[in-house]
Amino acid sequence: MVTVKYFANLKQMAGKEEDQFDINEGTTLEQLSDLIKQSVPQLGDMVREKKVMISLNYDVVPLDTVVKDGDEIALLPPFSGGI
Amino acid sequence: MSTALESKVRIQREDFSVTDEIEFMKKSSRNIGGITTFLGTGRETNKGENISELNFEHYPQMAEKKLGEIREKAIKDFGLIDMSIIHRIGHIEIGDNIVLIIACGEHRQETFKACEWAIAELKRTTPIWKRETTSKGEVWVQATP
Repeated sequence: MVTVKYFANLKQMAGKEEDQFDINEGTTLEQLSDLIKQSVPQLGDMVREKKVMISLNYDVVPLDTVVKDGDEIALLPPFSGGI
Repeated sequence: MSTALESKVRIQREDFSVTDEIEFMKKSSRNIGGITTFLGTGRETNKGENISELNFEHYPQMAEKKLGEIREKAIKDFGLIDMSIIHRIGHIEIGDNIVLIIACGEHRQETFKACEWAIAELKRTTPIWKRETTSKGEVWVQATP
């Protein structure tokens, strides 16, 4: 099982802070986006269209990255910290 | 007011004292000869819209990790003696402190360069998001230069 967290406007779109998904061995983030799409259709599409960044265990990674049980994934809209 | 100066990379709801933070950093080394600070504060307008308040949200653990990486890279690449980075989250009033970067070096040149690099890198790599409240409602701010 992996956890997918949503932040800022994406959290508002999802109406929740996170989802948890059971995955098969060798699942990539691109394939995980299908599961995300089943939960929050708009966000699954945004991942596929690369409109959001994705982090895996606190580092931004590409969509072909393989995930494993216990991983923490997050969908990250453009950052706007600082001023 | 927070006086928790135990860490040189912090994300916190409480305000900070610029003076206290500088004094804390001066204790890093007796060889510090130049200190440059960047202080970001809440401004009243953005793209012609009046802002009544700001809210910042972050991704815990990842945001702290990225700030730590910025600090370490700044110290290494610019030859600093030390650096601290503090960012507030939650509700921020206009005029309030938001972010503070303190770059300490033997001489001034490296501290100016490191400070400018660090705030740009923070905006580029650190998962923190700003929500502005305007007369039109609440708006999540997209990345700004």
